Amino acid sequence: MEDGVLFFQEFSIMGKDFSNAGSVSTEIKSILKEIGFDPVIVRRAAIAAYEAEMNVVMYADRGVVRLRVTPDKISIELEDEGQGIEDIELAMQEGYSTATPEMREMGFGAGMGLPNIKRNSDHFEITSQPGRGTKLNIVIKAR
Amino acid sequence: MKLTEIKEILNADVITGDSHLGDEFEEVCSADLMSDVLAFATPGTILLTGLTNVQSVITAHVAEVGAVVYIRGKRPDEDAIKLAMQKNLPLLASPLTMFEACGRLYKQGLKSGSSTAK
Ligand SMILES: Nc1ncnc2c1ncn2[C@@H]1O[C@H](COP(=O)(O)OP(=O)(O)O)[C@@H](O)[C@H]1O
Ligand SMILES: [Mg+2]
Repeated sequence: MEDGVLFFQEFSIMGKDFSNAGSVSTEIKSILKEIGFDPVIVRRAAIAAYEAEMNVVMYADRGVVRLRVTPDKISIELEDEGQGIEDIELAMQEGYSTATPEMREMGFGAGMGLPNIKRNSDHFEITSQPGRGTKLNIVIKAR
Repeated sequence: MKLTEIKEILNADVITGDSHLGDEFEEVCSADLMSDVLAFATPGTILLTGLTNVQSVITAHVAEVGAVVYIRGKRPDEDAIKLAMQKNLPLLASPLTMFEACGRLYKQGLKSGSSTAK
């Protein structure tokens, strides 16, 4: 384990597995709550993780989530294999979505996920290789 | 206002979470879009929704919604109920339409549990 890492866990997400969608974020929320983070911080991390998890389920084939907690910050890294994103600037715009009617029926696909992930993060990075996959780095300061 | 009063106003049944009937609520938000709840709901609000899948409960749990009321006589899916029990989240079902449910609660002085974009 790296220096100062209080907690590390890797989770996997299957694309199109709508019945388990959200289970990783629910677990991340319990872990952060258990560690004893401020509820406001736990909520922000859980919201960002959930929107990001839904994106992997909806748009990618599979992905991993790495939760790393240090005394100063919570870092949630998502790396997926899938179609990737051609135009990240466009994808980051509020209201832009390629979701299908089925995804909208589940309550997602309003094009608000990525902007809301960014809003809940202290540091947010997204990179993508079209045709290969997408990486998100979400960091939330511990205080 | 206590959840039990809200239940009466909405002619609602408790699906799970009887022990929360004494909980106090001041705010209500209504949405079928879970991304809206995740972006705009204030912690501790009541959520009125027509979305009955498990995502409604996960969203409520993640966003720290205090109780979910399903409108128009809809019942949540089995896995939604199961998760709500696990997470200790009260679920109610009301026969009213979204419009009528919101209107009644608004009239009784409940406030908006939805903030605009920060
Ligand atoms: N992990 C991902 N892989 C491929 N495309 C993605 C991924 N995440 C987001 N996208 C693309 O970016 C768009 C915007 O995402 P988001 O803001 O979460 O809104 P929504 O999911 O509601 O469409 C999606 O519609 C999709 O086209
Ligand atoms: Mg999304």
